[in-house]
Amino acid sequence: MLLARVVGTVVATRKDPRLEGKKLLIVTPLTAEQVESGKEADAPGQASYLVAVDTVDAGYRETVIIVQGSSARMASTCKDCPVDTAIVGIVDTVTLGGG
Amino acid sequence: MFLARVVGTVVSTVKDPSLESKKILVIQPLDRSGQDQGAKLIALDSVGAGAGEIVYYCRGREASFPWYPDEVATEATIVGIVDRIDGVR
Repeated sequence: MLLARVVGTVVATRKDPRLEGKKLLIVTPLTAEQVESGKEADAPGQASYLVAVDTVDAGYRETVIIVQGSSARMASTCKDCPVDTAIVGIVDTVTLGGG
Repeated sequence: MFLARVVGTVVSTVKDPSLESKKILVIQPLDRSGQDQGAKLIALDSVGAGAGEIVYYCRGREASFPWYPDEVATEATIVGIVDRIDGVR
């Protein structure tokens, strides 16, 4: 799973019927260091974007945990849906080091 | 499966119900000789791994099998703690 930041939303009226009623958010993956330091590079034209189905009501600019691949279908409400990226958690804190 | 070292923790209160009461750790993948290789990633812990320990983790859909039959929304799970690595050249 990866850490990511919600940077936008997607509105799609015509889509697979199984995606109806699901919030589609644009997320950009972050490294653990970026999240812990809190000063992640918000450079425009950030390299990678993903469209993720939101299952935890994540808000704009929140740091989230995303799961990719067929495991994304195991997120709640995503069973048997054409989903390969799902937001499964909103991050409170990330602490590195120790041990 | 892949070798990794536990390097941090993630606290997430609002999350998918299938992730509740499971430890979420930050792990650094390692190559055969134990050097850092690639970006850190987030993994669930199914064996009680502690900070700094060398572990091995499973990727993909099988990562939810330690909690079979419940379907856990994870694609990386620590499934073992390494005691020793021998015979690596």
